[in-house]
Amino acid sequence: MSKNITGNEIIHQYLRHNKKFPHVLCAGCGHGIVLGTLIRSIHSLGIPKDDVVVVAGIGCSGRLAVYVDFNTVHTTHGRALSFATGIKMSNPKLHVIALMGDGDALSIGGNHLIHAARRNIGVTALILNNSIYGMTGGQSSPATPEGSTTMTNPYGQLDHSFDTVDLAKGAGANYVARGTVFHVNRLETVMVEALERPGFSVVEAITPCHTQYGRKNKYKTPVDMYKWLKSTAITVERYNELPEEKREGRMPIGVFVDRQQPGFEERYYAMQDGFLKRSARGGK
Amino acid sequence: MPRRKKRTEIFALGNEAVVQGALLAGCSFYGGYPITPSSEIMEIMAASLPKIEGGVFMQMEDEIASMGAVIGASLSGRKAMTATSGPGFSLMQENLGYAVMAETPLVLVNVMRGGPSTGLPTSPAQSDVQQARWGTHGDHPIIVLSASDVQECLDMTITAFNMAEKYRTPVILLLDEVTAHTREKIEIPNEGEYEVFSRTVPSMPPEWYRPYEETVRGVPPMPPIGSGYRFHVTGLTHDRNGFPTQRPEEVVELMDRIHRKIDQFFYDIQLVEEIMTDDCDVCVIAYGSVARSAELAVKQARSHGVKAGLLKLMTLFPYPRRHTEKILAHAKTLVVPEMNMGQMSREVKRVNMGHAAVRTINRVDGQIVTPSEIFKVIMQG
Ligand SMILES: Cc1ncc(C[n+]2csc(CCOP(=O)(O)OP(=O)(O)O)c2C)c(N)n1
Ligand code: SF4
Repeated sequence: MSKNITGNEIIHQYLRHNKKFPHVLCAGCGHGIVLGTLIRSIHSLGIPKDDVVVVAGIGCSGRLAVYVDFNTVHTTHGRALSFATGIKMSNPKLHVIALMGDGDALSIGGNHLIHAARRNIGVTALILNNSIYGMTGGQSSPATPEGSTTMTNPYGQLDHSFDTVDLAKGAGANYVARGTVFHVNRLETVMVEALERPGFSVVEAITPCHTQYGRKNKYKTPVDMYKWLKSTAITVERYNELPEEKREGRMPIGVFVDRQQPGFEERYYAMQDGFLKRSARGGK
Repeated sequence: MPRRKKRTEIFALGNEAVVQGALLAGCSFYGGYPITPSSEIMEIMAASLPKIEGGVFMQMEDEIASMGAVIGASLSGRKAMTATSGPGFSLMQENLGYAVMAETPLVLVNVMRGGPSTGLPTSPAQSDVQQARWGTHGDHPIIVLSASDVQECLDMTITAFNMAEKYRTPVILLLDEVTAHTREKIEIPNEGEYEVFSRTVPSMPPEWYRPYEETVRGVPPMPPIGSGYRFHVTGLTHDRNGFPTQRPEEVVELMDRIHRKIDQFFYDIQLVEEIMTDDCDVCVIAYGSVARSAELAVKQARSHGVKAGLLKLMTLFPYPRRHTEKILAHAKTLVVPEMNMGQMSREVKRVNMGHAAVRTINRVDGQIVTPSEIFKVIMQG
């Protein structure tokens, strides 16, 4: 690895220079920070570009895949995890990262998320949660906080919002963590761990969308949104020490699950190996 | 000359023959979700694939995920397939369109059942013919094959894989319940007796490779993911490098190539069997199990002195129009029996353009079309 290079220089090594910039994101969008974190995590682990597959869904988040010089697959809305499953099973050596928005992962792709976790397939799910449908113009998502205003909730969101961490944990994911783009070093730490772990890992990155969410919910500028992240996020360790009444409105970040169970692909190929060895010995 | 090795004969179900064909063609990935009357394909795959080095079987959470996994596997260099029936086929359509756009080879078997909706789960029908052609959104060509007996289930599955690989495209194999659930003696061809085609992989250095480059056949080479050729795959309209574009000339270039690579190879793609069609006055055009009833009816008609013939469609789309046109030079009547309200007779009428009388026989009651029904209509002339 080269020495003394700056963060930007690292990022530049991983961007596609034959792709026409500028990119499609709004100025101040958190998605770029998440992508930067992902790149630095891959770089610090020394994973060769050819061994990385970024499988993205549809949304502003889904568009990120086009800019990075890995193997990239921009799939259909909500389906990134199913494509990722086929890729991982076909070539278990690859590091497969499914990059999804909150609408992508929790709404249309909710079933795939549950089953990828249940199966414990060796894929890293990176969920960019901006509490809104960004690309389609600010409709409510399953992660939109109750009471927020959106294009499809002009009178306030009535539904409860999903807690991605609880969902992933309940469904059986091996590794579950949450970070924010304000606490970017911590986000990088959990991303590195997620990439290293066997089985299904989920990183929820809280990323602000001031254009679609903030504008309608008293966070008019990107700075307002980052201040909001700073004031609500708290480490899970500290969160757990808080008395119940003080937890209201706080968002725990950090690592929630860290089991080291083998991934589905590992169990599958072990089953197959045993099978082939037995039949080579003439058994059944 | 070396003596030809005797072929293995087995007594097999249509669905079982599909699996045999897939394995002979080199299929090593199956992702699916159970549904009648296609489930045996999945069950036999579940038992077979883990026994093959590297073979992967996955029961996915639904048909949408099945198609996603199959596409992912194919992008990774596998020959991959799935199988389903009516309602599952509907769910697969979105990602089927993706496979067309991203030029991903795969085989999708649809053992048709009556519809709409959950319809007639265990009864024969041919009601997804137009869904196979137009089920996913957007303008695109698609290859749709069928089989009328158990041996053909095996042969046409191999053909489906070969076409998928040759043209970098999803191929649909439409079966009906009668064919899928008939048990017959079939022959397993020996290695070397049938063609196995695998996609062309790039030979140039990675930095020269452009994933959606124009080529002579219109089919760009396709490397497996992770083999050193890094590029972007998307369902969005893309340029030669695979990046999204909305520039009119790039959009048109892609659309033209995707159509041309299928349309220009009609001699290879449009497969039919012609039975006594050279001089026929009355020609039956049929596919699937109905073609077997039709063959008997045509023979009976001949024994009654009527010049009848059968054009058996093994490729449904692109519709084998040249074979039909040849017959239209002399036939006065075309008879199209099907187990639907007339999904293929639309194509026949389109090509016929008023040359001959077109008589249809349509059953949607979950019953097969019998030889005597077809015979009666042939005899009416
Ligand atoms: C099947 C399907 N339904 C709807 C859409 C329209 N659509 C595009 S992006 C999107 C939502 C994106 O929101 P999210 O996943 O939260 O990502 P973000 O844009 O906020 O990053 C929707 C509904 C689509 N492309 N495909
Ligand atoms: S709409 Fe929101 S999520 Fe999309 S690019 Fe703009 S700020 Fe980012």
